[in-house]
Parts: sequence; structure tokens; C-alpha cells
Amino acid sequence: MTARTLYDKLWDSHVVRSETDGTALLYVDRHLVHEVTSPQAFEGLKLAGRKPWRVSSIVATADHNTPTQHWDQGITDPTSRIQVDVLDANIREHGAKAYFPFRDKRQGIVHVIGPESGATLPGMTVVCGDSHTSTHGAFGCLAFGIGTSEVEHVLATQCLLTKKAKSMRVLVEGELPFGCTAKDVALAVIGKIGTAGGSGHAIEFQGSTIRALSMEGRMTICNMSIEAGARAGMVAVDEVTIDYLKDRTLAPKGELWDRAVAFWRTLTSDPDAVFDRTVTLAAASIAPQVTWGTSPEMVTTIEGRVPDPDKEKDPVRREGIERALSYMGLAPNTAMTDIRIDKVFIGSCTNSRIEDLRAAAAVVAGRRKADNVSVAMVVPGSGPVKTQAEREGLDRIFTAAGFEWREPGCSMCLAMNDDRLEPGERCASTSNRNFEGRQGTGGRTHLVSPAMAAAAGIAGHFVDVRRLR
Amino acid sequence: MQAFRTLTGLVAPLDRANVDTDAIIPKQFLKSVRRSGFGPNLFDAWRYLDHDETGKNTAERRPNPDFALNEPRYQGAQVLLARRNFGCGSSREHAPWALGDYGFRSIIAPSFADIFFNNCFKNGLLPIVLSESEVDSLFHQTAAFPGFKLTIDLERQTVATPDGSSVFSFDVDPFRKHCMLNGLDDIGLTLKHADEIRAFEEKRKAEQPWLF
Repeated sequence: MTARTLYDKLWDSHVVRSETDGTALLYVDRHLVHEVTSPQAFEGLKLAGRKPWRVSSIVATADHNTPTQHWDQGITDPTSRIQVDVLDANIREHGAKAYFPFRDKRQGIVHVIGPESGATLPGMTVVCGDSHTSTHGAFGCLAFGIGTSEVEHVLATQCLLTKKAKSMRVLVEGELPFGCTAKDVALAVIGKIGTAGGSGHAIEFQGSTIRALSMEGRMTICNMSIEAGARAGMVAVDEVTIDYLKDRTLAPKGELWDRAVAFWRTLTSDPDAVFDRTVTLAAASIAPQVTWGTSPEMVTTIEGRVPDPDKEKDPVRREGIERALSYMGLAPNTAMTDIRIDKVFIGSCTNSRIEDLRAAAAVVAGRRKADNVSVAMVVPGSGPVKTQAEREGLDRIFTAAGFEWREPGCSMCLAMNDDRLEPGERCASTSNRNFEGRQGTGGRTHLVSPAMAAAAGIAGHFVDVRRLR
Repeated sequence: MQAFRTLTGLVAPLDRANVDTDAIIPKQFLKSVRRSGFGPNLFDAWRYLDHDETGKNTAERRPNPDFALNEPRYQGAQVLLARRNFGCGSSREHAPWALGDYGFRSIIAPSFADIFFNNCFKNGLLPIVLSESEVDSLFHQTAAFPGFKLTIDLERQTVATPDGSSVFSFDVDPFRKHCMLNGLDDIGLTLKHADEIRAFEEKRKAEQPWLF
């Protein structure tokens, strides 16, 4: 048999039927649902007189709109409340494998609770009306974001109509230097291939650097695949994957666990499998990353400077740099370490897991937030992450340093709730997108790792976390 | 879904690369539970000089005179001309809903982000990929000739100036083309294969029971 990539194996095992032009009907094992992209899908289902095909595939939570403080007051924004109420009503009517509603102890960001509850398992197809569904690929899954029409299609048929993407291997080898994290690897990859570099591809991350990462780190990297233009990112199953999943609530138990693990171990690319494209990166070449512009590819290292558009030859690119610098309020050639910040956001489906909070707390411990930083907020990814962090005393480290300890949710990654930047405010953020207005109209976002965000909060400007320690 | 066969429409230019879905429809307008009504807030942060977080009546807001879509010559445009990697970022289908609600029926660009591209087809909004140089020439012609229109023929897969002086052909996936030409609901098409899906599901349940 010909050698196959992990993506080939996942794809082949989910094709229900194929048309001659390559369009396939792909079976969906896990359907994650949240309040923003599902109401119109449930409504469409109802209007057509249809029912969900298999409600036991659905795991739902409210995360995008939910507040991160004063939970006793409920959701005060009436339009946000309606969206969350509509999700409640839809799940009540149809049912689900698991539902983590607003204020539930296990509620959280959909891409944090899926893996944490064991709802995400190797070998699955995982879809969600959210582009960061690529996160789940860290478990050897085929996981990707879909639009609301496709949410309705999956609800109604348990399948998606889709075509196979090309395969890309991102090979990262070597030991990550001190002070560098999975987030820095992700941003370095995007800096190298661009935000459209992975378009039309499914990425598999390989190499000793990736194998040495925890599941949290692998999730961070797969999460950012979409920022490189790839709908899906994935990492092969190994002992790290299996150890993480053992005893998770929705993971198989007993004899089924043993059978599952035996199968999961086959979820790797064959050694001689051929990829359409390979990109390589040496871990040793990676330094802590900071974005300077309004696209994740507009990134440099903490030792770098804001670029000079006059040195760019491509006119579309030059205009992009000029527009970004104007929006960001930055002068060409400014050293990254000279950029002062107003706010810090530690959270999001990219960087809100326990390891992320530990890394930030290690930097903050015994120090104090800079006076020019008005708000530094830490938003754990889920109820269980919050509980675990509090058990370790991380919340007290943050609050002692003047950082705010919040309730879980998507929060200021996309600012659909009250957590947002005011026009002109500058933020060191562990989230995934620095688009114009992403964290609030007129807000200026710089993407960094949790340790770098924490360090910026202490110094009041970007600072090389490797020197702070 | 509204069928798409041919269209002769006014062209409006949006001359910037990597236009993301947050720019197409900002998050504060995603709170609706409907598919319609997003048009007035399309490109909100670029289109208006005053910022709105609450969904004010846009008739009472201050339009940005420097934004192309606000120029009198582009009013009523049905074809949006854009640059590379249009629609990157979030999977929000509110982006094609907003573009369609505004009145666009087609977008022409050198490349699109995958999820956005896919979402367009579900909503009768035709995304067309032309080469960088073809798109460049269309930008020049749009600027040079007020009232510049293009005729799009999906059956023939062509984009042409109405006088026929330039004709570009484009690729489109045959299945998507078929659905779009006929305004077909693909859920209905998939459910014709319900028995196959059920059989696949039973087999899967036997082989990997832990998934169910």
C-alpha cells in the first residue's frame, strides 16, 4: 500500500461517498457548537422541518458573548443575552452529548473545553462554526472551522460536502531556546510563510520541537494554523497525547480505552509519506516574537524593529505596511522594546490553558504591574482551568501584582463582551488576531506569548523576557 | 439559495490586501440571531467616521468620504473588486451575509481565504479568482471609467467588459457551479444519500464504538 500522511488516513476513514470531481461527503464525529454561529443554523433546520441527525455528536457551550466578571448579574447586554438564551433553548429542545452553559463550572472557550472534557479524541473529524477549530488537530484529529450554512448541513446530515486539501508539512527541529514557547513557533511560522501561506492546505506539524511540546503547546500551534491560512493543522498521536486523554470525562474507559489507544497509535504519517509542500524551521533560530502590524504575518522578534515601508518593493505590500503603521500609531524603525502598552490580555483559545497561566505567573511573581498599564487581565480558558490555577495559587500571584483575575470566556480576544480596547489603546495580547478593530474599534493589538505579555505588563513596554529573569 | 446565472453590474474597488472578516463585519454586529440586516454595517469601521458599538441607525452616522464605497460613483455596485487573501480570519458567515445584504453578488480577487470562499457559495455570492495582472487591469479600468461595469457569466465562466473588449475566464468547481446556477439547497442533495450515511455510521459504530 502506498505510504499515507496522517491527513490521508483521517480523510480516507471519513469519506462516505465521492463524486467524480473529487467532492466528498465527509462524516463528522464531533460537532462543537457555540452561541454566535449556530442560531441561524438551528433556525434553518426548523424552517425546513428537519431534525439534527445525531445529537450525541454535539458538545455545546456559550463563550463568545459571556461576561468575565459580575456573573451574579447575568448578561446585561440584551442582544448578547438573546444569543445565549437562544443557544440554551436550542440545546434544550434537541439535546447534546454535553452542554456547558453560562455559569456552569465546566463552561469555557469551546476549544479549551473540547479537549479538556475528552470530547475531542484522536481519529475524529471535529467541526465547529469557528475558525480556531484547527486547535483540536493537536490530538491527531481532522479539525476545521465551518460557516453557519455548513453548521446547518452537519446538523441535518452529520456530513460535510468538501474537497480534499493539499498537504503541507511544517518541520521544526531542535530544542526551543530559553524564553521561547509554542506561540513563538506559531508566529515564526506565519512570519515565514505568510497569512495565506497555508491556503488550500492541511498542515501537519512534525519534528523534535513539536514532539517535545505538551498538549497545551501543540494546541497553541494548531490553533494558529488558520492564521497561516490553513483550515486544519494537526500533530500525530504519541504518548503525550494518550497521557493527556487518560481519565478525561468523555474519553473511553476500561476495555474500550485499550482498544482505542491501540488504534490511536496508528495515527501518524507513514515514514515515507509524501507531502505537497514542506517548510522547515530550526528551533534554535526562534526568538520571542511580537507583531507590529494588523496581520499576524506582520511580526518580528523582540530584538527587531518596526519595518520601514520605503524599503518594500512590492506596492501592495508597501501600502499594507503604511496603512498598518498608521493604524498602529508606530513610526518606522522603532525598536520593539520602545513600544509602550496600555493594557495586557492573557487568555483566548490560543493561550488560556494551565501551562499558559503558569508561564505568565512565573514572570509576574513578586513583581508589580507598571503604572502606565491601566488593565492587565487574565482570563482562564475554562472553569476547570480556573479551578486548577487557583489550587496552584496562580490567581493570588496575579492579583498581588495588580493583574485582574477573571471568569472564563473568549473575552478580549474578539471583544464581543465588555472586555475591549478603547480607540488608540495598545495591548500586549496572547490572542491570535491583530486585525484592525479586533479587540475594540481603534484598538492596537500586539500578539505575543503569555510570558511576553506578562513581562510587558510589568515593564510597561515590550521587553525581552529572556533578560527579565 | 438565490440562483446565479449572469450578472451585469457596477464595479466598486477595495484596494487593499488581506481584508479580514473582522473588517467586513465587526464583531459588535454579530449578535443578531438572523441572517439579514448586516448590510448597513458592512466595512463599518472604514465606512463611517464615528464609531458604533451598539447598532445605531446608520442613517444618523457620519460616512467617511474617503472610503470608496461611499463615493457617489460606486452607489449600487454589485461587483466588488478586491486584492489577495480576501476574507481571511474568522469563519463568520455574517461576512458574506453582509456583502450580499449590501447588494454585492460577486467578488473578484487574486485569492480568497478558504472558509470565506466556501461560505460565499452557500449564499449565492460568487467569488471569482483572476490573476494578479487581470485584477490590476480591472482596478485601472474601474478608476478610469466612471460607471464601469462587468458582465459575469457563470455558465461560460467568463468576466467581460460589456463592450466585449476584454474577456477573462475563471475556474469554478463543477459541483458548486451546478448548485449556484440552479439555486440548489445542498442539504436536500446530501439527504438523498441518507441510506449511505446511515450504513457508514453503523460500520463506524462497530469499529470505533468509543466515538458514539
